[in-house]
Amino acid sequence: MADLLSGVWARVPQAGFSARDWEILLGQARRSRLLARLALQAATWPGELPAPQRDYLQGSLRLVQRQRREVLSELSRMRETLGQAQGPVVLLKGAAYLLADLPPSRGRVFSDIDILVARPALEGAETALLAGGWVSQERDAYNQRYYREWMHEVPPLEHVQRGSVIDLHHTIAPPTSRFRVDGALLMQRIRPIGASGFHMLAPEDMVLHSAVHLYQEGEFDHGLRDLLDLHDLLLHFEAEADFWPRLLARAAELRLGEPLTMLLDQRSRLLAAPVPAAHRAAVAALRPAWPVRSLVSALLARALRPQHPACDTWDAGLARQLLYVRSHHLRMPLRLLVPHLLRKAWMARRPAPAPEPPPA
Amino acid sequence: MRLAELGEREWRRRLHVGKLVVRAGPFRYRFDSRLPQIAEGIGLLYADYPVAEPDEFADFALKMEHGAGLHRWWRRQVRFSSDGFYPFAPLPADHAYPQLEWAMNWCVSTRAHHYLMLHAAVVERGGFAAILPAPPGSGKSTLCAALVHRGWRLLSDEVALISLQDGRISAAVRPISLKNQSIDIMRAYVPGAVMTPVTHGTTKGSVTHLKVPAEHVERMDETAAPRWVVFPKYIAGAPTRLAPYPRARSVLDLGGNSFNYMLLGQTGFEALGRLVSACECFEFSYSQLDEAIHAFDGLADAVGGHG
Repeated sequence: MADLLSGVWARVPQAGFSARDWEILLGQARRSRLLARLALQAATWPGELPAPQRDYLQGSLRLVQRQRREVLSELSRMRETLGQAQGPVVLLKGAAYLLADLPPSRGRVFSDIDILVARPALEGAETALLAGGWVSQERDAYNQRYYREWMHEVPPLEHVQRGSVIDLHHTIAPPTSRFRVDGALLMQRIRPIGASGFHMLAPEDMVLHSAVHLYQEGEFDHGLRDLLDLHDLLLHFEAEADFWPRLLARAAELRLGEPLTMLLDQRSRLLAAPVPAAHRAAVAALRPAWPVRSLVSALLARALRPQHPACDTWDAGLARQLLYVRSHHLRMPLRLLVPHLLRKAWMARRPAPAPEPPPA
Repeated sequence: MRLAELGEREWRRRLHVGKLVVRAGPFRYRFDSRLPQIAEGIGLLYADYPVAEPDEFADFALKMEHGAGLHRWWRRQVRFSSDGFYPFAPLPADHAYPQLEWAMNWCVSTRAHHYLMLHAAVVERGGFAAILPAPPGSGKSTLCAALVHRGWRLLSDEVALISLQDGRISAAVRPISLKNQSIDIMRAYVPGAVMTPVTHGTTKGSVTHLKVPAEHVERMDETAAPRWVVFPKYIAGAPTRLAPYPRARSVLDLGGNSFNYMLLGQTGFEALGRLVSACECFEFSYSQLDEAIHAFDGLADAVGGHG
C-alpha cells in the first residue's frame, strides 16, 4: 500500500512521481493537513513542478498566509482583552511557533489558539475572555464538568462574531493522566516572546509538550504533522550546546520519558533523524519497558500513516483505535474512565443536532 | 475519448474501482462509487464529457458510499469523502446524486485558489462573458438555464473561474442545478430537456440537475473575456428592467459573493478590480424569461456580438 507522504521529508524523491502518484501525494498531504508544508518541501526539489500540482501547492500557501494574518490579528485582540492583570499568558504550539518565528510555523495550518496560564489565574483569564466575546462552545453540563474536573483546559471558547477558538489551559496534560505535569513547574521556565506581551514555554518544555500531546491525544489525523513539529523544534534547539542534556533531564524530572523516547524512535524511523550518539545512552535510560516499547512502536508506526484510501489498511485503523483507547487509559484511571466511556456511549445514542447542510 | 464512446460496461467498471476520471473544463474529477444512482446520474449527464486515462492526474477525488454500520440497510444513507476526509454529515440515500454535484462544487470552491472564484453563473456570447452573481432564490440558475438554451454558451451555473494571470474566465461547464418551481418552468421552456429524477426534501427543497447541451461541453476549453456583470432578481409580475449599477458597489457585492476573495488578499483585490473595470455593471429585475433573454441579447448585439 502506498504511503507516499511519509518518505518525502527526509530525502528528495529520486525516481520522481508519476501523475497518479502526485495525485495520491497531494491527497495524503491534504488529509494530513500538510499540503502547505509539502509545498515548501517540494520547492527544494530539483526541476520544475508540473502545472496542476504547482497550482494546488501554491493555493495551500495562500491559505496559510491568510490564516497567519488572521491569527496574528486575533492574538493582538486577545492580548488587549486579557490585559496585564492576569499574569503571564503563555502561547502553546502553533501560536507560539508563529509569534516566535520558530521553524514549525512554516506552512503550518492552524486550528485553535492554545494558551496556558497559571492555575490561580485560570478563572480570571476565562472571565476576561468571556467578557471579550469568547463564549463556551460546550453547552452540555456533563461535558462541562468533565473538562473542569478532569482536564487540563477549560471547554473551548469561541468568539461570537469572528469564530476564533481559544483553548485555555492550566497545564499541558490532564491532571488525571499518567503524564500529568504540574503547570507551576512549566511557568517557572517561561520566557517572553519579544515585545509581544506573550510568553512561550522553555525550549525543552516546548519539545516535551509537543511529544506528550501527540502521544496521548488519540487523534492521528495530524499525527505526522505533530511529529514534524517535534522534529523541527529539535533541529532548531539542538544548536544550543547543552540542549539535549537539558531536555533529557527535564523529561526525567517531569516523568515524560516515555512519550519523548517513543516519539524520538518514530522521528528516527520516518525522518532519518537519529538521536546524536553522545545522548543515546541517556535516551535509552528513559525508555519504557520492552513490552510497552515494542507494542506501542508497532501501533505508532501504523497510526502515523496518512488516513488516505491509498494506504489506509485495516491494521492502521485498528492501531488508531487501540491507541485511542490507550490514550484514554493514559489520561484517566479506570475508575474514572469506565463510567466516562459509558456515559459518552449513552450520550452518543441521543438524537444528535441537525446535520450541517453542505454548501451549494 | 468521450464517456459515451468508452462504453457503459467499461465506464461503470471504472466507476466501481475509482478509476473513472471525467474532465469538465480545467478540472478532472475522479469518481469512485458503487451506488446505482451515481452511475445513472453520471451516465445521463456526463455522456458527452471527455474521459481521462485512469492513471492521469485528477484534481479532485470523490468517493460516494453507503452509510456506516446499520445505515447501510436501515434508514439508508450516503456519505461523501475525498482523500479519506468526510466533510459533511451523511445524507439520506436518495440524495446521493445531488450530493455528488454539491461535493464537486465544494472541491472546486475550497481548493482551486489559483483562480479568483465568484459564486455566480457565467454565460458567453461572441467571446464575451456575462457574470450573474446572486444569492440563492434570485432566479440565477433559472435565468442561466434559459439563456443557455437561447443562444448563450454555458461557462458555469455555479462558479466564475477568473484567471489570476490574464483575467479571462474558464468554463467549469457542469450540469445546471434547478430547484423547486424552476424545475417545471424549465421543463416547459426547454422541450426535451434532460434532467435527473427530482430529489425531494433536500436542504434546498426539491432539486434536479439539467444536462448541458453537447456543443457547450465540446467548447469547454474556450475561455471568455468578462464584459458584463448583471445582478439578477426575479420578482413575480415585475417588468423587465436593466439599470446601470455603480462599479464600486459591484466590487463590494462581488467580493461578498466570492469563495476566496479574502483568502487571496491583495491578489484577489487586484483581480476583482481588473474584472470590474473591464465590465459594464447592471442590476436586472425580471419575471418573463423571453423578455429577459431579449435584454441580454441587446447587450451582446450592442458590442457587435457575432452570436
